[in-house]
Formats: sequence, structure tokens, C-alpha cells
Amino acid sequence: MATVDFAIGIGGEAGQGIATPGDILARIFARRGLHLNAYNAYQSIIRGGHTFLTIRASDEPVTNMGDKLDVLIPLNQDAMDRHLRLLRSGACVIFDAEKLKPGEHAEGVQLCPMPMKQLCGTNKLGGNTVAIAATLQMIGIEFEPLEQVLTRQFKKKGDAVITENVNMARAGYEYAATNFKPFPVKAPRGAKPLGVVTGNQAVALGGAAAGVKFYAAYPMSPSTGVLMWMAAHARQLGIMVRQVEDEIGVMNMVIGAAHAGCRAMCATSGGGFALMTEAIGMAGMIEVPVVCVDVQRAGPATGVPTKTEQGDLWQVLGAAQGDFPKIIVAPSSQIDLFKTMPELFNLVDKYQCPGLVLADLLISEGTSSVDPDELNFNVKIDRGEIIFPTTSGNGETKNPFGGCNDNAYLRYKNTESGISPRAVPGVPGHIHVAATDEHDEDGTLISDEFTNPTKRRMMVEKRARKMETVLSRIPAPKLFGPENAQVTLVGWGSTEGVIREAIAKLAGDEGIVANHLHIKWIVPFHVDEVNRILGRAKHVIIVENNQSGQFARYLRSETGFNAHGHIRKYDGEPFMPHHIVNAVKEQLEGKAQLSVPAHEILV
Amino acid sequence: MQQATETAPTIQPPVAAPAQPGELTKDTYKGKIHPDWCPGCGDFSVLSALQTALFELGLKPHQVAVVSGIGCSSNLPGFINTYGMHTLHGRGLAVGSGLKLANHELKVICTGGDGDGYGIGGNHFLHIMRRNIDLTYIVMDNQIYGLTTGQVSPTSVKGMKTKTTPHGSVENPINPLPLAMVGGATYVARAFSGKQKHMVEIIKGAIQHKGFALVDVFSPCVTYNKDNTYQWFNPRVKILEEQGHDPTNFHKAMDKAYMWGDEIPIGLVWKRTDLPSLEELEPVLHDGSGPLAYRKLGIPEDQAKELVQELL
Repeated sequence: MATVDFAIGIGGEAGQGIATPGDILARIFARRGLHLNAYNAYQSIIRGGHTFLTIRASDEPVTNMGDKLDVLIPLNQDAMDRHLRLLRSGACVIFDAEKLKPGEHAEGVQLCPMPMKQLCGTNKLGGNTVAIAATLQMIGIEFEPLEQVLTRQFKKKGDAVITENVNMARAGYEYAATNFKPFPVKAPRGAKPLGVVTGNQAVALGGAAAGVKFYAAYPMSPSTGVLMWMAAHARQLGIMVRQVEDEIGVMNMVIGAAHAGCRAMCATSGGGFALMTEAIGMAGMIEVPVVCVDVQRAGPATGVPTKTEQGDLWQVLGAAQGDFPKIIVAPSSQIDLFKTMPELFNLVDKYQCPGLVLADLLISEGTSSVDPDELNFNVKIDRGEIIFPTTSGNGETKNPFGGCNDNAYLRYKNTESGISPRAVPGVPGHIHVAATDEHDEDGTLISDEFTNPTKRRMMVEKRARKMETVLSRIPAPKLFGPENAQVTLVGWGSTEGVIREAIAKLAGDEGIVANHLHIKWIVPFHVDEVNRILGRAKHVIIVENNQSGQFARYLRSETGFNAHGHIRKYDGEPFMPHHIVNAVKEQLEGKAQLSVPAHEILV
Repeated sequence: MQQATETAPTIQPPVAAPAQPGELTKDTYKGKIHPDWCPGCGDFSVLSALQTALFELGLKPHQVAVVSGIGCSSNLPGFINTYGMHTLHGRGLAVGSGLKLANHELKVICTGGDGDGYGIGGNHFLHIMRRNIDLTYIVMDNQIYGLTTGQVSPTSVKGMKTKTTPHGSVENPINPLPLAMVGGATYVARAFSGKQKHMVEIIKGAIQHKGFALVDVFSPCVTYNKDNTYQWFNPRVKILEEQGHDPTNFHKAMDKAYMWGDEIPIGLVWKRTDLPSLEELEPVLHDGSGPLAYRKLGIPEDQAKELVQELL
């Protein structure tokens, strides 16, 4: 059990500087060795509106924002009014005594008014620093780590700014020590300092580890963080990074670079992915390995650009016309995103097909602590059957200008595995055309001769055959928890952590024994293993962040399995553990088969 | 932490040795498939001119990639013995850009038609020009959609009757030359399938040019365009090289680019050599380790440490 598990909420309008105190707290917790998860609920505006950052820390791993707030820091009256009513006994609210009025609140909530004018002088954003200093004091963290992080944070602005902020912070820290009641348990220290990473950074780091040399993108929330990381590190790591005119150009450029022999990738969100789909079919047809990350946001169309959803499953499943092999994976966390990228690149290189990653705003823009030892860059790189200028085939060829016109090399050779050795442009003796028209083994368009049904069938089957062995190379999903549980929760992608926590709560608070089947690899799908597990389950409930039950329908199409119940959320906000707990209870009591939890926090 | 393991052998950049005398003939560039174009199609002349240009420049087939979109003219990569890509409708330039940036030692030549390049692919056309990527773009401009059997195209003249403009097109056509000039293309030329020798020189110049080169070729569609025929072009086209045109004078070049009617200039309209190509500007390509595509993968231990350090 965790010694401490506390959450801090900072709310205000965009432009009030919510992100900075969030970063400062995350750094302090992680350096102390505490695990954390930070989720920022925000809107698609640069100034104004309501932004609410929840940062939750514990000495045990933290996968989601949890159910409760321990410290509320409202930076304006709106944030006070929205969140104070949700605080429970034992929590506190830290606010500017002169500007904000607390209003109705539960018994046992500690009001912590601070004389901000006196503590900050004329510094308008100083209140943020003062409030986090007070928070740290109340949870038993020393002042020094704050001083260190502030010094780092304001390094670029010069010594005067650092001194001003450190002085304000110290005043806030001392004020809290004198006037407020601290929390009963002090924040412990973890075993070793941890890092802090967003999912977008994790995708980029994972791509870099995999050996990506070409990254292209068009800015689109919530995927832009990948592009920004890549742009910032391009020269250091020798990665070609291009911001392209549109997502159509992005995917086509990435395919060109991959065809040349680079490991190449891109990331986007659902709308951009829609523009890429025709080209994804090209990658399937000309058998070029590319990786594309769809960071899902609430759709359709522009949708809610700053809110999360798992609504693109069928779009990604159906990306591009026709039948062709593609691999689809939905990692469950920031570290999982990092580790999945090199694995996926090895698979797409081996099978010469597109690899699609389903991430979402929740994990991609969300922040997590990370054990630096888990960030292993010493990954296996397997390029599959690829021919470069100085590897096999080169030099031995009789006609360096042959291939295309003498059949010395067949790019799309009809092999037993369906995998044909792939020469990249520039290799003597292996000249060929990679064509999106159906083609023969040598790359000749079958429409350039006679549209031949036998050849067409042969090539469709050659490509399809590649998928037969992919399944053996991806891990089958495993059941988490007791085999004979009352209820089995099924989830995919980013919901893994919150479902696990709900299961712990069900066992602890409600006496309900639940287990969990989490699906990460979507295509190909471990049909037999999933059927085996679900066939034994007593009551199966599928949990997902969309309205129509996209995964439930996919599961049914692949396995014929119909779940007993569904928990779906599509209001733009992620699941909190209690949403799942309450829905499971409701369904086990026979009150509902479909639960749509309401998000109590108005963000 | 160890160096990343890699099962593929380390790649040495290929040495682009010049062709030996007699090593290459014009036939070297002949593709396996005879073109499926209609007899008399202007595209035969473009294919032949391109093959001659490659031969005369001594470029080895495996060091050249011809990338096309979709359309009659976009079938060209299948008819020439070089590396080739036959991509999607309108996407030849985007794919070609990726290919070139990933292997900047390849000679990349994009080919396509007017619908492919100026219609569905118009956005890529605009942006490749401002980037000044070092590739050659040959547009076989027949002012009609041929492969879909004769519909109006972005370069069809106003009033032209086609299957989708039965009463005559009421829209203005795109003039690709002025568009390319203001778009930032650094080599802008026009050729005509009826003047193949001239076209060879124009294409050679385009391939040798460091930067984005557009060659818009009047390549008559003998099946679906009964207006802009060889007979229509022949008396009208005037070779700029025979007129003493100065392609470095922007305003004069613009005047020539706009000329249409009784006299239509062909030849090198505009050229500037003072702007670096994207490949020259991109530091990632200049660390001495050759094309990106052939580089060793994996993050060295010291770099990995730095990346992790940023997160602490």
C-alpha cells in the first residue's frame, strides 16, 4: 500500500501560468523519487477559458489522476467555484485572500487564504509560486528542492528574476508553516530520483531509439509535441525533420524516405490521419515499412481538439481502400509508447508494411514519472530482408544496370513467407519500379500487359501471407487478477492503469473480485487466446472512451464474443477510477448493461 | 549501456564513379515494357528525350530514380530503366521529396501530367518550390485528363469543350510558368514534344541545376485534345534560345512566361543560381556520413545519457 497518495489541482484561465507550477511540482516529486501522473484539462484557446491541471503523486506507481483532490490552488474565482465543492474533509484550498472568496465547502476542508499582495508585491504570476511553496510545506517537503527547481526554471531570465521568485517562495513557505495545518503524513522519499516524460516525448524518444532518421509532420493537437521534440533534437541526433504543407504530403514524404531505406515515421491526430489514409494504402501496396502514430482526440471533424477519446479505432482499422497487411498497436502508457516504437519498427521492417500506433491525448500530452533505467536505448534493431548498396547482391551482379529489364532481381518475388527481399534505390543490379498499381513479381504493372486475374490473385495472396506469421511475434494478452473473478473488465490502449486501480478499489472497498484483460496489439489479433480467456469469464464488461463501443464491435467481429456490459465515456475527459467502480456495481446489481459515467468536474 | 545492436551490416555510401566510355548506351535506359500510350502521344517524345538526357549526362541507371503520380504520363517510370516509383495521384512530388532528402546522392526526377501536378497535387507543387529541393519535375502538359477519357484539366484553355465541359470551360486555366517563378522555383522551362532535340537540352539543364527545376512540356494528347494539337503548336512555338532571351532577367522572363496565342515561347524561361537547395541548407546532411538512408541506426551511449538527463 502506498504511504502517501495525494493530488494537487491548479486551476485558472489559460495565460495565468498553470503549466509552470505544474512542471515545478512534477520535477520536485520525481527528483524525490515519487511517482506521479499529471493531466491537464484545457481548452483550445490561448488566453482565457478554464484550465485545470491535476498532478497526483505517490510512493507507488501512479497511472491516472485518481478520484480525489488534496490541495486545490484556484488562480481565479471561476476555478474556486468549479472545484471547491468537490473537496472532501482533509483537503485544503490555497488562495489569494484579497481576490477570491471560498464559498460553500464540505466540513473539514481547510481554507488557506494567503495575503498574496504582501507576499508577492507587484509580481502578477507570483501567486503561483507562493501557492506551490505553501503546498510543499504542508506535505512536508523541504524548501531546498523548490529553490533548486526555481533556479533552473528561471535560469534564462537572469539572477534578479531567480532571486525574486526564490524570495517569494520562501515567504509563502514560511507563511504556511505559521498559519496552516500540515497534512498528517509527510511525503516520503522514493528509492531513486525519477524522470518526467510526456507520451509525445516518449514516442519521439522511442522513435529515436529505433533509429528513425526521417520525421515529418503537420502540427495538430495533441500530437504536435512529437514534432517539437524531434525538431529540437534533429541536429543532435542526425534526424531529418520536416514540417510539411499538409498530412497528405507528410505521409507521402515519409513513404519516399522509407523507400530510400530510412526508418521514417510521423504522428498526427484523427483529422490528419484521415488525410494520410490513401498513402497508407500505398505503403501496403509497394511494401514499404512506415510508422504512423494517431494521437486520438475527441472527434469527428475538428471535434474537441484538446480532449481525449478512443474514437479512431475503426478509422485506423479501415485506413485506405482494399486489403493489405498492416500492424496496429495501442500502447497503454508513456513508457509503453517508448518501448513499443522499436518493437514496431522491427516488425514493419520485417513485414514491409505500415505500422499504426493508436495513442490518445490522455497519455500523449499527459505526464508521467519514469524510471531512467527503463529508458533503454540499447534496443534490438532488425531491418529484415533489406538490400543496401554494399550488402548482398552488390558486386556479384553481372549487369549493374539490370533488375528491371533482365529479371535478375524480383522486388516482389512470390516467396513462401510473402516477404520479398527489398533493395533500396541506389543498389546496382536491383533496379525496379515500386508501383501502386497492381504489379507482377518484377514490379511491372499488370495493367501494362493484360489485367491478369491469376497474377492479381497471386500478388494479393503474397502480401496477405505476410500476416500469417506476425501473430507469433507479438505477445498474447494476459489475464490480470484472479482467474475465477466475478467480473472481467476488458480495455485497450490508455485505460489500462485506471482499470487496474478500479479493480483494486472494487476488491478493497466493495468486496467485488474483478480481473482485467487488457488488449494492446489490435492487428493482428490473438483470437484464440482472447476467446479462451473470455470463454471462462463469468461477466465481461468492456471499458472504453467512445460512444459506440468501437472496441466491443471489433472484439465481436474478430471473436464472435458479445460482452455482458459496457462502460463508455465520451465527454472528452478520461475515466477516473470511481467511474468504473460505480458502473461495475450498477451492472452487477442488474441495473444497467451500458453505463455512461458523468464527469463531475466541470473542466 | 552498450552500443545498439544492428543485424543489418554497416552500410558504406556508394561511390558514384563516373560511367566508363562505352559502358552506357542509349538503350541502357530502355525499360522492359513498351509504353502503352496511344500512337502519336506526345509522351513518347518526352520519354525519349529523358533517356537521351540521362545518357548524355552519363548517369548510371541505378543512381537515378524516376517518381511519378498517376495518369497516362505517370506510367513513364515503367518504361525507363532506372529506379522508379509509381505513386498516387498528385503525390509524386511529395514522395520524390522524401526520397531525395533521404538519399540526396540519387538523381530524382519526378514526372506527371497537368492534372496530377497542377490539380490534385497543387499544394505539394507550391511548397516544393519554396523549399527548392534539388529535383527535376517534368510535367507532360496535354491540357486534358486523358486516362479518364477526356475531361477538363487545370490547364485547359477557357472555352474548351470536354466531356465535363460540354458547353465550353468557363474557368481560367493555370499558367504554370509564372506560378513557378513566383513560387520560388529556380529553373523554369517549357518544352514541346515536337521539338525533341531542344527538349533534351532543357531536361539536361534541369537535371544539372542545383535546386527545383520545372519543365512544363506541351505533350499533345492525340486522342482527347483536338484543340491543342501538334498542328496547333507547331507554327506558334518559338525557341527562346534562338531569340537571345536572358533567363536571369525576372521581368523579361515573366513577360515570356505569360505569352500565349500566336507566339508561345519554349525554352529556359527563368533560372537563378544564387539560392541554395534545401539539401545544401540542411545541416543533418552535412556531417560527412553520406545519405541518411545508408547511415547506421541506433543511439550511441553518450547521446542516450544526454536524452535521459533532460528528463531528470
